[in-house]
Amino acid sequence: MNLEAHLPILAIIIPLISAFVIPLFGRINKACAWYIAISAISLSFIISVSLLNSVLADGTVSYRLGGWEPPWGIEYVVDYLSGFVMVIVSAIAVVMTLYAKKSVEKEIDESRISAFYAIYMLFFTGLMGMTITGDIFNLYVFIEITALSGYALSAAGKKREALIATYNYLILGTIAATFILIGIGYLYIVTGTLNMADLKMRLPGLYGSTSVMTAFAFITVGLSLKLALFPFHIWLPNVYTHAPSVVSSLMAATGTKVALYVLLRMMFTVFTVDFYLKAVPATTIFLILGILAIISGSIIAISQTNIKRMLAYSSVGQIGYMVLGVGLANPLALTGSLIHILNHALMKGTLFMAAGAVFYMTGAENISDLRGMGRKMPFTMAAFTIGSLSMIGFPLTVGFVSKWYLAMGAIKSGMWWLVPVILLSSLLTAVYLLRVIETIYFSETGKETTPEDAPAGMVIPILILASLCLVFGIFTFMPVGVASRAVTLLLGVQ
Amino acid sequence: MIELFFGKYHYWIYIALMMIGFYAMIAKENLIKKIIGMNIFQTAVFLFYISAGKVRGGTAPILWEKAVLYDNPLPHTLMLTGIVVSVSTTAVAFAIVIKIYREYGTIEEDKILGLAEGERFREENPAPPVP
Repeated sequence: MNLEAHLPILAIIIPLISAFVIPLFGRINKACAWYIAISAISLSFIISVSLLNSVLADGTVSYRLGGWEPPWGIEYVVDYLSGFVMVIVSAIAVVMTLYAKKSVEKEIDESRISAFYAIYMLFFTGLMGMTITGDIFNLYVFIEITALSGYALSAAGKKREALIATYNYLILGTIAATFILIGIGYLYIVTGTLNMADLKMRLPGLYGSTSVMTAFAFITVGLSLKLALFPFHIWLPNVYTHAPSVVSSLMAATGTKVALYVLLRMMFTVFTVDFYLKAVPATTIFLILGILAIISGSIIAISQTNIKRMLAYSSVGQIGYMVLGVGLANPLALTGSLIHILNHALMKGTLFMAAGAVFYMTGAENISDLRGMGRKMPFTMAAFTIGSLSMIGFPLTVGFVSKWYLAMGAIKSGMWWLVPVILLSSLLTAVYLLRVIETIYFSETGKETTPEDAPAGMVIPILILASLCLVFGIFTFMPVGVASRAVTLLLGVQ
Repeated sequence: MIELFFGKYHYWIYIALMMIGFYAMIAKENLIKKIIGMNIFQTAVFLFYISAGKVRGGTAPILWEKAVLYDNPLPHTLMLTGIVVSVSTTAVAFAIVIKIYREYGTIEEDKILGLAEGERFREENPAPPVP
């Protein structure tokens, strides 16, 4: 039995089966839920890395479920883009799960911890499945798996506002998913196939047809809501503010990124760039929405007093950057978008985990409660500072790399006026983040503080992500290498 | 024009059902009614898919010696998955509504938002200390 040939399906099956195993073993021994979770996610991470390696060496890996030939069977495709995103998602999930051990003990009822980890594994399975699948209906199924587990996870804590936020998210998310389903239905009716590569071959002749344009419209609107693109971002601030810390961190770092990956797949692999030149000027629309997202997300974040809500609105702004790259649709800008997927996962992951560590130690949620934290929790706040500098786009951090590529892409498209917009939003980001850093380090509390940082199980993951912000900012060739190859594949031979 | 109305009347029915469900999700204030609207919306989508699989003169897609032409079974299988997804979403939604009822004592959206607003107001503007 050739294990290596079956790696693509194993990356999905191992977390899925662990989601069933965890409640079973949880009845015998409550503590083992976390151990099963971390081992399943680590295995998935190792498989993703090995898949990315084989893609970098030999080219696209294609796996047929059950041995059935595509387009009749479901096909899993690992190319540069999906390999890149899979490694990011599984790496972030490993770090978050290490962080989760202590954080979950504090924020979730003890009797429900096994159930929490089971749904956590389902969420992870859904994310990995969305990334690897090459069949659009399979994609819808995984989108729904992710969405449903996300709803359950965000309502899992002890806060009552989380319930309203989750209900809101559920209604909006179901509308979005049903729109995606309608779009998939139109595509199926018009072409008769559900396989993405097959659709790519059959659609070009049909670009003028209203059914295809309607399908594109439904799918893009549905995905934009999952992606939290302005003005569909309304669910995001409430969910991220009131969900348990691990859930906010994981969803902020991976949930919207995978939705962006799906958007890239649909826009550039299923519908090629010709569609935007001939039929629907979708790239222009995304450009406008991206700019609105960047500006409005940063401005609204400035007026927030709750740390997590500020970070949530900041996420809305950062998603605007990624969509800006999609809107420009040239190789440099798309490379910037892809690197921003990695960067934002690292930066936001660090910031949200640091906010969660503060909540773990002091129960504080507001920025004013962070006074003097620089002395009390030195490591966590150092990581927060590195994450903030990276968000602002300081050179030597990852944030700088993606903004550089986006600016270059804007200049290449002839839209040099976008560069001041990017700089303006970096300034706005600096306003709200440096204000927090000032509160942390430079405000007096008037009482003696002994350093009492969060437990090592929480601080180490935060420091890992913060140091990766610096490492990938200095050694940029690693992510840029994979991202530029992915972009070449997405846009055709350029 | 007549062809557009009467030839494709089934699509008009699905559009009507979708819009009824969508309207219920948006405009109704009772949380359970929103979920029912969600179900109506999703049911309309299922009908849309299944109608696309009908072949003129085809029988049900089950192997039968006397059959000449079969309907397309793929939309049926896709929609079985869709129905499962819809039921699961409804179940999760009901669980959340039960918890909301336990916490807030009501399932009318305007009353819940009023209670939440009051909480947030009191949190941000704590009562001044009694002199």
